[in-house]
Amino acid sequence: MSDFRPVQMRSPVLTVRRVDAYHAITVVAPGVAERFRSGQFIAVAVGGDQSGMLLRRAFAIHDVKPDYGGTVEFLFAVRGGGTAWLAERRSRDLLDIVGPLGRPFPLPRDPVNCVLVGGGYGSAPLFPLAHTLRGRGCRVDFVLGAASADRVFSAITARRVAETATFTTDDGSFGVRGRVTDALPQVIEDARSDVVYACGPMPMLREVSAMAMRHDIPVQVSVEETMACGTGVCMTCVVPVVGEDGITRMVRSCVDGPVFRGERVRFDDVGTIPFDALGAPGWKARGGDDPVSAREAG
Amino acid sequence: MSPDLRVRLGDVELANPIMTAAGCAGAGRELAQFFDVARIGAVVTKSVMLEPRAGWPAPRMAETPSGMLSAIGLQGPGIDVFLQRDLPWLLSRGGRAVVSVAGGGSAEYAELAGRLSEAPGVSVIEVNLSSPNLADRGRHFTDDPAAAAEAVRAVRSGARSDIPVFAKLSPDVPDLVGLAGACVEAGADGLSMINTVRGMSIDTATMRPAVAGGMGGVSGPAIRPIAVACVYEVHAALPDVPIIGMGGVRTGSDALEFVLAGASAVAVGTVIFHDPSACVRILREFEEALGEHGVARVSDLVGAAHRPMGAALGR
Repeated sequence: MSDFRPVQMRSPVLTVRRVDAYHAITVVAPGVAERFRSGQFIAVAVGGDQSGMLLRRAFAIHDVKPDYGGTVEFLFAVRGGGTAWLAERRSRDLLDIVGPLGRPFPLPRDPVNCVLVGGGYGSAPLFPLAHTLRGRGCRVDFVLGAASADRVFSAITARRVAETATFTTDDGSFGVRGRVTDALPQVIEDARSDVVYACGPMPMLREVSAMAMRHDIPVQVSVEETMACGTGVCMTCVVPVVGEDGITRMVRSCVDGPVFRGERVRFDDVGTIPFDALGAPGWKARGGDDPVSAREAG
Repeated sequence: MSPDLRVRLGDVELANPIMTAAGCAGAGRELAQFFDVARIGAVVTKSVMLEPRAGWPAPRMAETPSGMLSAIGLQGPGIDVFLQRDLPWLLSRGGRAVVSVAGGGSAEYAELAGRLSEAPGVSVIEVNLSSPNLADRGRHFTDDPAAAAEAVRAVRSGARSDIPVFAKLSPDVPDLVGLAGACVEAGADGLSMINTVRGMSIDTATMRPAVAGGMGGVSGPAIRPIAVACVYEVHAALPDVPIIGMGGVRTGSDALEFVLAGASAVAVGTVIFHDPSACVRILREFEEALGEHGVARVSDLVGAAHRPMGAALGR
């Protein structure tokens, strides 16, 4: 796996642009671009070397191109001081980035029918995935949703890449009024989908996973949990995930994820330590447990 | 000529004084993707306990001015996995292992020290005295010098005599020097300071505490002046006791500040989250700073800020 190790680099900014309600930054980062696989993310330092904002911001990689030796694009919404600073970057500014980080989306061996479900800018990592899947002969259908029209990310690209693209908005300003989960069952049936990929807020991922399980097809979700480091050392971004051995562990979404099998994530227990999780208060080792396999969870 | 960076922690010699801080580097495996862990003085591992432990629920952290608030709750897989998986990996890469231990009582501390002493390659045992004391309503051991001393005594009695035992102190105590003295009297060969500073952050959007544990520990550059004061004060009182200094070290000059205050070695913590290569960068900057001052041996500088004007380098 050492070939896939992340790199840290100072990357020149190529472009900063507005995309719908979001910002997108493209940086020259050949070391990241050549290692990248769909679903992985980067961790960006904000505010400059002496900034009081110490924690890196993690962003899914949205696009990778071979131009200029390898460029990487990521998408973000301005939410606080760190993202506001990022939005003010200009061409040739340097960004300290670490990546690619995290476990990518697993890809099917055969050309199967894939439905890609995204909420808000959570749809960003689904676009490189769609390209990869198309390159393998898979059918791709998109279901993208958001609160309003300007927050449905890159509808035009979705239409171009996919066999079908369905859009939902909470206020009905674009596509169908409602949620992605309102539209998903019909898409799964019409497209005879074999697998679901999803990225977005936790409640959406929970519903999408439940829906895929009802249709008896596998679902891969990319979870969002706040991270301090992105590299696996700080232990802040844990989610309860059931391992192949049936044991729930608090696993790091940065290095054990961010992509997990949807049915293994205990969505109802996110933000808690489930009573039966490994190492929970009162937890007792049962015969045959092998805690060494903790990393294989998910 | 490059300066002599070797430092001593009791009977153990390190090639240089820069190490990781407990809980900020795992056992080195993740950071090895960014630099060779054998290059730094030592890797201080995340605190290990006897049994697996799930810790606090998420959210576990919030960014604070020049720092972070965290409440992890000592999540870890337990000593068996540590000895099977993490320690052998670190040693196989040529890393020096300082192993942090956390227990709920004296018996657990003693057993951890014993288990670590049976394994080859443990350079130093660091006693995390900020774990919940099960016998005392979950208060921290450092809340009471007698309880801290008892935990240190347990580790010292369980550990092989050639492995130095360092007590890690919290700054949130009324009498730090008294606590340090009690730990040394109980057999600590050295002191690590400081642990995080108690703090809280409230999310004004949700109107709830920002971390699930409510209170947490503040770390990062925000606490550096507090940490330097603690090291300075304890070194003045106990000049012969080696100290590993830590708290918001971000640059080589920050590390030098701790050495001048009285630290023999300096651990890098939260800044690793900001910069995974921080330890080797800080080591390089530290070495450059010594060169600029014309210092031949880093050990000459330990506690130099305590000396009268004009005698800072002891020449």
